[in-house]
This record gives sequence, C-alpha cells and structure tokens, in this order.
Amino acid sequence: MANGSKFLIIIPAYNEAENIPSLVEEIRKYFSTADILIVDDGSSDGTRDVARASNVKVISLPFNLGYGDALQTGYKYALRNGYDFVVQMDGDGQHDPAYIKSLLDRVMDDEADIALGSRFLGESQVYKMGVLRRIGSIFFSIIASMITGQRITDPTSGFQAMNRKVFSFYASDIYPSDFPDADVIILSRFYGFRIKEIQVRMRESKGKKSMHSGLKPIYYVFKMFLSILVTILRGKMKGGM
Amino acid sequence: MLPRQKLFAILISIGLILVIVDLVRRKKLKEEYSWLWLMSGVTIFILAIWYDLLAAIGNFIGVIVPTSTLFFFGLVFLVLISLHFSVKVSSLTNQVKKLAQELAILKERAKKD
Repeated sequence: MANGSKFLIIIPAYNEAENIPSLVEEIRKYFSTADILIVDDGSSDGTRDVARASNVKVISLPFNLGYGDALQTGYKYALRNGYDFVVQMDGDGQHDPAYIKSLLDRVMDDEADIALGSRFLGESQVYKMGVLRRIGSIFFSIIASMITGQRITDPTSGFQAMNRKVFSFYASDIYPSDFPDADVIILSRFYGFRIKEIQVRMRESKGKKSMHSGLKPIYYVFKMFLSILVTILRGKMKGGM
Repeated sequence: MLPRQKLFAILISIGLILVIVDLVRRKKLKEEYSWLWLMSGVTIFILAIWYDLLAAIGNFIGVIVPTSTLFFFGLVFLVLISLHFSVKVSSLTNQVKKLAQELAILKERAKKD
C-alpha cells in the first residue's frame, strides 16, 4: 500500500445503531488509525450518538435522504478534506473489513480507478438472496457487462474503493444519487474510468429489513432501465462513449 | 352553446382571473406560476365569448359537441401544469438535498473547531 496518501472509509448508515460499534471495532483491527466517516442518514435509533461514541468522524444529515445521497455527502466531505482515496461500505456488517485492503491496494497501485468488491467473482460462495433479487442481479450484470465491454459480475455491490478523480466526479450533480447502482458503473465507464472487480466475501446482512423488499424490486428494475437508458443517451450526446 | 353555459363559463373565467391577480398582489402566488393560470383563465374567457372560434377549433380537432373542446383544453392544461410542477418538485428536491448535505458537512466542521 502506498504511503503518504490519505484515505477515508465512508459508511452510510440509516438506523444501524446496533451494527456500528462492532463494525468500527472490526475495521480498527485492520486499520487502527484509519479515518472512518459515518454518514448518519437521519436515523431515529440513535445511530448518531452511537457513532460519536465510537471515535469516528460523524456527519449527521438533518433528515433521511436515502442511501445514494448519504453516500454522496461522504464523497463531498472527502473532496473538501483532501483525501486521495475513498472506501465505501455498508453499515449493516454485510461487507467484511478484511477485504478493505485488497480493494484499496488496487486503486492505490493505480491498477484501476474504481475497485468493485464482487461476491460472485472467482469460486462462487453460497450467498443467500431472494429469487427475484438473484434474477435481477444476473440480469443487470449481463447488461452492465455488455454496455461497458468488460465482465461485471456484481454491479449492485456497494463495497468499493476509488481514487480522488472518481469521487470528485461522484460529488457532482451527474451522480444519480437517488438510487445509485449498476447505472453508476456504466456512467463511470462512459467517463473513462478504469473499473476492476475484486473478489470479496459478503456476509448475511444483520439488518432485519432488506432494501429489496415489497414493491422495491419492481421500482428498482424500472429505475435501472431508465437510468441506464438516459446514461447511454447522454453519453451519445457527449460525443460517443 | 346555451346562454346559460356561456354565462357560467364567462363568470368562472372572470372569477379565476380575479383570484389569480389578487393572489399575486398579496404575494401568495409567485409571478412565475401565475402566468400559466392566467393564460388558462383568459383562454376560457375568449372561448366562452367567441363561440365561432370554439366551434372552429372543435371542428379542426374533430369534436362533435363544441363544449367538449373546453373540457379537452382544460385537461391538456391540467396535464401541462402537473408536468410543470413535477419539474419544479424535482429541482426543489435537488436543492433541498444539497442544502442538507451542506448543512451536515458544515455542522461537522463547526464541531471540530
């Protein structure tokens, strides 16, 4: 890992008071002095206070903005505070901090601008997910692979590392912050960023309620289609990919 | 158009125009939004007093009963104004998001100092 460069671990958290302390502790096992930023997305369960007690940086949004906007707040913070690299991970303990280093190494060694943690790359682990979600995941992985011209096995992964060029871009208005997902990968590819997938192991989410429940999957598929379509249209308008 | 229909349409449009102007005067409605509403009031008024125009337009777009033209344009207007509001709400949402992000980042900085 390159020395002298600053990196920030961003964790967007909405009602994750139960999971934050153990997650922070676990990250500290690998990076005892790393800067960790928890973006409390207007939680109602005291996530903010728990985070403040964990000796990390805390940004607290005045009300719930949603995952993408919370994440973008982190990018903006990283941009203004002069960080060189960002690692983003979910607050529910699904992402194993053991893999932060391998993600960071890829961007620090300049092998890629974005390192994506993929749970499907390499020897596939048994990862429990709903049928609908599995189909959606495979479907969008095919679409993302086709459009970007490179194999993307896990376009919905929120476990990523990136360099300053990328998070400066994500901090701008172009970032589809209302529901960032596979479309962000495609968008990034259009803007010429190098993407590399890294195999990671993901754990069962400790959270009770999944983001992909109820009518959400239908909205998700619809939104992804629309978002990918307009991304392509905008790319064309900009003068090709 | 029956005289009673005509009278009703004229009264409605005059009432609408007066209410809009008054709302703008009292600064309850921004000028930005008032023009669309004013335009609709004026359009209803013109079509109500100028029956031949209404009939001609109706004839042109193929309606059988001329008063349907009024309803049709009323609907078109409502769709347009809803669309206008959707655009407005989108930009407001975006502005609120930015403000919230900014506020949160500044609060963190203020705490540090």
